[in-house]
Amino acid sequence: MSVQETLPFGPSASPMPKVYRADHLLVAQMVEAGSKVLDVGCGEGDLLQLLETKGVDGRGIELSREGVNRCVSRGLAVVQGDADTDLVNYPDDAFDYVILSQTLQATRQPKTVLENLLRIGRRAIVSFPNFGYVNMRWQLLINGQMPRTENLPATWYDTPNIHFCTIKDFVLLCGEIDVKMERAVALDRYGRPLRLNAPWWFWNLFGEQGVFLLSRAEKKGEADHRP
Amino acid sequence: MMNVQPVKNQMIASEERAHEADHPSSQVALFGADQPLRLDCGVDLAPFQIAYQTYGELNADKSNAILVCHALTMDQHIANVHPITAKPGGWLTLVGPGKPIDTSRYFVICSNVIGSCMGSTGPASTNPATGKLWGLDFPVVTIPDMVRAQAMLLDRLGIDTLFCVVGGSMGGMQALQWSVAYPHRVFSALAVACSTRHSAQNIAFHELGRQAVMADPDWRHGRYFEEGTTPHRGLGVARMAAHITYLSDAALHRKFGRRMQDRDLPTFSFDADFQVESYLRYQGSSFVDRFDANSYLYLTRAMDYFDIAADHNGVLAEAFRGTTTRFCVVSFTSDWLFPTSESRAVVHALNAGGARVSFAEIETDRGHDAFLLDVPEFIDIARAFLHSAGTVRGLTPAGR
Repeated sequence: MSVQETLPFGPSASPMPKVYRADHLLVAQMVEAGSKVLDVGCGEGDLLQLLETKGVDGRGIELSREGVNRCVSRGLAVVQGDADTDLVNYPDDAFDYVILSQTLQATRQPKTVLENLLRIGRRAIVSFPNFGYVNMRWQLLINGQMPRTENLPATWYDTPNIHFCTIKDFVLLCGEIDVKMERAVALDRYGRPLRLNAPWWFWNLFGEQGVFLLSRAEKKGEADHRP
Repeated sequence: MMNVQPVKNQMIASEERAHEADHPSSQVALFGADQPLRLDCGVDLAPFQIAYQTYGELNADKSNAILVCHALTMDQHIANVHPITAKPGGWLTLVGPGKPIDTSRYFVICSNVIGSCMGSTGPASTNPATGKLWGLDFPVVTIPDMVRAQAMLLDRLGIDTLFCVVGGSMGGMQALQWSVAYPHRVFSALAVACSTRHSAQNIAFHELGRQAVMADPDWRHGRYFEEGTTPHRGLGVARMAAHITYLSDAALHRKFGRRMQDRDLPTFSFDADFQVESYLRYQGSSFVDRFDANSYLYLTRAMDYFDIAADHNGVLAEAFRGTTTRFCVVSFTSDWLFPTSESRAVVHALNAGGARVSFAEIETDRGHDAFLLDVPEFIDIARAFLHSAGTVRGLTPAGR
């Protein structure tokens, strides 16, 4: 698929306060104003709060009790829960968008989680750290150690991230479970979108994280759904 | 020997309480024969009365009313000195000027539940048909009955929509029932340390308490008030058992450990050697002074029968489908009466029903009682939830 033609925005977007993270701003731009959004792994609710400024009806799930309580005390509709076990409790089509921001790599069943995202929401926005990032490769290849970066500072023995993938891996997974990639963006270490017309390998090497807007693939013929 | 002695003169205390049942130190809404309360058991209760307290001022468009639903053995005196115990209000951690339920911003209503003994009609009230106290002739009431009575009170007060309905424990059950029975009258709901159904273990504890009351010969088959007795031993034991369920292992250990009461060595008797024994006995006996034994039977029964899902084909989410109420559900880590798993089930159902819900589990070792205590994280969350809901509701902060 061609990513370039679907890329949404130029470098100068809406004038948001600088306190918002670059990847959050990017995600927020992918969400239509006034829609209903579930943020899975919403942390302390920064993205949800940003979305609410756009008139979005936002809900959140967060694993850590501290995160949840912080969100609730910010007036956000957030529940304590686990992406792996709690998404099954949400009905089909409950949201316009389901966001999984920097959380996929911490789930036990990323594929099942991804499928659930697109069952619950009409669209899913997934961002994750790219393990194919040049700095990562360098640390493993030259230093011979598990990579650590500014955004992923944990050591191998205390990281919650158990399912790292590269942008290429993720694209392959999307193909496997019949999701349609509506938009894809790779961000550099400062959270800025990489060159739009770059090829995949370039993104996979120089993107520190990938941000994908996904929707359900067109329904295939009946034959495809037979067991 | 079981030794639950009254802490003050039994007669004076029980007379005060008996007087409160018909003539409460509260405002009273009377409902005549033409306005019966339709009970789940099939009885139309009429006439009946609801005793209630209010705090703060109702605003011009009547959009700032908060209904606080009290817990099992509490009552409407949540933010004023109690007429019997002379203790300060029952929920001062949450209710008052500048508190999360800010009485300088909201109009706060708390009514005594039907079946209780502090001025709303219950087994300790006089049955106008006979001129005698109801006792066990009083029909069995349910949580939905309590809520139906509260709705009639709000109609009487001219309040259509509640800004928020708040409750902990049995009060939380009422808050959830409100949101199910009158979804369009509830803008937001704060349900703390509660569930949409009473668990088997909780029913078991309640049955223990009821059996203790009924095993007391002074209970006299529920007609103790006519025979000049009070089942204070039975009710005291019931309260002692219940009180243990309101605390936690850690809280009891922290508070009492194995420390002795006014002695250094065991007496090798069944006296209250341990501080924890002495404390429980005090809890039991002081409760008897302010609560009617039959009311205790009725209210525990109401909680036992509570099961919202059962009223919706067994599917809890159906009860909340399409609701526009903003929910906040709070549980406490050490609450083993209404453990977090119960709240989580409520939250799953609310999510499945598409509700806007916040859910926080507060870490504390203070057990079920934490909802009544000064637990800052809980207080902050209650404040933030009400504040954000108030902003959406268009309520301006106090003083503006």
